[in-house]
Amino acid sequence: ALPHLPALWSNTRKTHSLQDLRQQASIAAKVFVQRDYTTGTICQFQTKFPSELETRIDKQQFEETIRTLNNLYAEAEKLGGRSYLEGCLACVTAYTIFLCMETHYEKVLKKIAKYIQEQNDKIYAPRGLLLTDPIERGLRVVEITIFEDQSNGRIEGR
Amino acid sequence: MSARRDPAGGGGTMKNCEYRQIEPQGLGTPNAAPPPPAGANDADTRAKRRRKWEVFPGKNRFYCDGRIMVARQSGVLPLTLGLIVLTSCLFFVFDCPFLVEHVTSCIPAIGGALFAFVIISLLQTSFRDPGILPRATADEAAYTEKQIDDSASSSYRPPPRTLEVIINQQVVKLKYCFTCKMFRPPRTSHCSLCDNCVERFDHHCPWVGNCVGKRNYRFFYAFIVSLSFLTAFIFGCVTTHLTLRSQGGKGLITAVQESPLIVCFFSVWSILGLSGFHTYLVASNLTTNEDIKGSWSGNSGVQNTVNPYSYNNIFANCCAVLCAPLPPSLIDRRGFLPTQESPPAAQPQVELPVFVGKSDLTVV
Repeated sequence: ALPHLPALWSNTRKTHSLQDLRQQASIAAKVFVQRDYTTGTICQFQTKFPSELETRIDKQQFEETIRTLNNLYAEAEKLGGRSYLEGCLACVTAYTIFLCMETHYEKVLKKIAKYIQEQNDKIYAPRGLLLTDPIERGLRVVEITIFEDQSNGRIEGR
Repeated sequence: MSARRDPAGGGGTMKNCEYRQIEPQGLGTPNAAPPPPAGANDADTRAKRRRKWEVFPGKNRFYCDGRIMVARQSGVLPLTLGLIVLTSCLFFVFDCPFLVEHVTSCIPAIGGALFAFVIISLLQTSFRDPGILPRATADEAAYTEKQIDDSASSSYRPPPRTLEVIINQQVVKLKYCFTCKMFRPPRTSHCSLCDNCVERFDHHCPWVGNCVGKRNYRFFYAFIVSLSFLTAFIFGCVTTHLTLRSQGGKGLITAVQESPLIVCFFSVWSILGLSGFHTYLVASNLTTNEDIKGSWSGNSGVQNTVNPYSYNNIFANCCAVLCAPLPPSLIDRRGFLPTQESPPAAQPQVELPVFVGKSDLTVV
């Protein structure tokens, strides 16, 4: 149904830019999955399935993606022995240690970026959808771009 | 693949510019970055790529190519630095030699360590992003507006722009920010001085020249605590020096030697008071903003409101506030704007529509 989209995607993979994909195909709509604040201010997203995606992807898949993202963010913000140690070490070195070391949060953000890329490649791009990493939207929303179904025409020449 | 435009041909296409009117980018934010004229876009593609801090909509100033940021009015920060450095220098020059000889040689070492810690904490507080939330993209703002309209009643009065969420069995109202075009997350407040929404907003500190929020609260706390130790230390040392000194001595030199004492005497009480207040806030996981407004102390007249963010354990609260993993900056100030003149949707004030690139392909 979307022969050109994966080909474009493999091109954009070289530049690692989701925005290139956005500008090549035509966008039908965008859905924004909002934050879920019921457990406090930690970064969690709502698992409610948006109605606009009903025709494109099944509920289980979507919920699985969001739930994994939520778990990853929870891991990033987890208060535990490791984060305290990092905090104390940072305090003692007057926070200069972060000039050479990456914080735990940043390490998990990289994992999240990789996961989203992987999900896009395997599941979302073939269905004409694109997940945007929440960090590009200030960790406020998961933006899902819905591309027009290009089964009848070429994407480039529209 | 990407719409890398031929400058010569692209200039001609750009000058048509009809596409500018199609996209309703005129949610129009009145902010610092003026829209570049059509001709200048070619210069941009050929010249250096611009970084996102150059088009940042808030009232902040950036140095070192976006690595350092301060509020626009950072007026009192030089005064703070100057006072601390001057007082400490006078202490080291006049009091340390005497005290090393008569009391102990640890004094300059302790003083030096405290001084270094104070300065580093101050700079960390002033130059860090306090937790600024980037403004909503045009698409996101439109989606939120639609959600508000859909849920509005059919009365003519516009619905109040609040959203209620339940956090730990407590009802919290989220307000809509008209500048940033989004519902503010809990504990977020819009600072009018910096024109930004800041997460876990504590207060805007003029002495530090920046807002104090989620990302720099621990540095601010370290700063005021270490400063109170430093002030008390210098006060004590200078008093000791003056009492131990055999000759009375009047004149300019004595006056200069006594000035750290005076500065410290007047500042130690306020700084100690501030440290005490913030220690209370840290232990109860509150922000200055919430404390002043009385959000959780039941002042609003509603029945038992408790702070939903508190762990109800002093140690847990302290750890959560001071030792939690440091969140990253959300504004990506050193990231590059894309080379196409259609910048990412993250910059809502940019005038060129996303579809220009694609349309240009068809024209060329």
